[in-house]
Amino acid sequence: MHPRLILDSKKLDLTITRLCHQLIEQHKEFTGAAILGVQPRGVMLADRIYTRLREILGNQHIDYGKLDITFYRDDFRIKGKPIIADETNINFSLENKNIVLIDDVLYTGRTIRSALDALLDYGRPADVELLVLIDRRLHRHLPIQAKYVGRIIDSITTEKVKVEWKETDGEDKVWMIEDKD
Amino acid sequence: MSALSTKHLVGIKNLEKSDIDLIFQTADNFKEVLQRPIKKVPSLRDITVANIFFEDSTRTRISFELAEKRLSADTINFSASGSSVKKGETLLDTVRNILAMKVDMVVMRHSSSGAANFLSQHIDANIVNAGDGIHEHPTQGLLDGYSVREKLKELKGLNYLIIGDIKHSRVAGSDIPLMLKMGAKVKVCGPPTLVPKYIEELGVSYEPNLKKALEWCDVANVLRIQLERMDIKFIPSLREYALFYGVNRQLLDSIKKDITIMHPGPINRGVELNSDVADSKQSLILHQVENGVAIRMAVLYLLAGRN
Repeated sequence: MHPRLILDSKKLDLTITRLCHQLIEQHKEFTGAAILGVQPRGVMLADRIYTRLREILGNQHIDYGKLDITFYRDDFRIKGKPIIADETNINFSLENKNIVLIDDVLYTGRTIRSALDALLDYGRPADVELLVLIDRRLHRHLPIQAKYVGRIIDSITTEKVKVEWKETDGEDKVWMIEDKD
Repeated sequence: MSALSTKHLVGIKNLEKSDIDLIFQTADNFKEVLQRPIKKVPSLRDITVANIFFEDSTRTRISFELAEKRLSADTINFSASGSSVKKGETLLDTVRNILAMKVDMVVMRHSSSGAANFLSQHIDANIVNAGDGIHEHPTQGLLDGYSVREKLKELKGLNYLIIGDIKHSRVAGSDIPLMLKMGAKVKVCGPPTLVPKYIEELGVSYEPNLKKALEWCDVANVLRIQLERMDIKFIPSLREYALFYGVNRQLLDSIKKDITIMHPGPINRGVELNSDVADSKQSLILHQVENGVAIRMAVLYLLAGRN
């Protein structure tokens, strides 16, 4: 199977802009809301969303944090090697906030399950919403659904979605590739 | 690197530099966990850890126990007093019996050097050495290195001085290889009777004069005089030791440099270290204790993840 391009940089940019407008529609000036990127790949998307939101809202202050979920994963000791954690950086209180959790791909839902556990250790938010760039809706292991979705993809388990970013991979692109693992 | 090269933490001697870097990096993450409102993560919820202490300990035992609890592991504590050891059971039998109850990791302190190594050759569970006789105390070495790295950013090129009873110190036994592996220079200072004869073989230098040694160093780790390990008189009296090797404010003020002072605890105030130094800004002592929990969490997490 050849790698299949799902989103090129232009479409990805449009999608991010649309997601931002959806967020503004819901949260207006973001006074009671905060965005939280899931480490490591969700943060790349969250960075873009944060920057674009501030552009649209005219440099409005938005609470933005990064959440690492390594210690909350349910596959620790199954993978054979420990997973190395990334930085968690949340310098605001989650208490009674509307939290928008951001990740790049929603697949089995296990990462988001871990992220929910992790963020509840920081306080009790008013509610938590999920934003993802790609939703692989056919493979959920847990009852988890995103509220804001960039693109829905129907795929099979031997396929894998690869999100590339300009900062790390040279260009913004989303691919469907064959999963060799 | 995302896994340790070893299944047990017997000594710093058995670790690679990359292992030490990995432990430090993981400890950074756990330090952040310890700042949260809920200072607990579920990583080791399927693990049972036995803390087996054949020798008295306060700090290390509490620190390990807290680290285990912060990682959601189940813990059992065993101390030699009032146990079957008093009835003549051997070390291996004691540990095998505990492991028969499905324990995954063993944290052990023992008065015999080499006890952790012996155990690691005979049982399957991960062994973490919490001090064996006068050999090594690897988590103390790691937390000392980590505390210095936290304050001075890098260990490479640093002048690290260890003062006092080098001969009976398992802290020195772990600090020396750790600092050398991380690229620091190490000097030891103390009465000749308390410094091993061939210490230079380890790649460290010896300076009998405390003032000269302090002038050389960036960081000084002051060790406790371990009277309980001395079966003969190595020093004429504690008073004389304090006079020649006690670190006090007056002495530190006479040196131009701002030296960082460490002590593995418990301190004999007025003997090896005076209160005016121990409680000053130069002292890292309470940071060492704080970092101990994060370092032990990192060690337990990384060893458990290797299965």
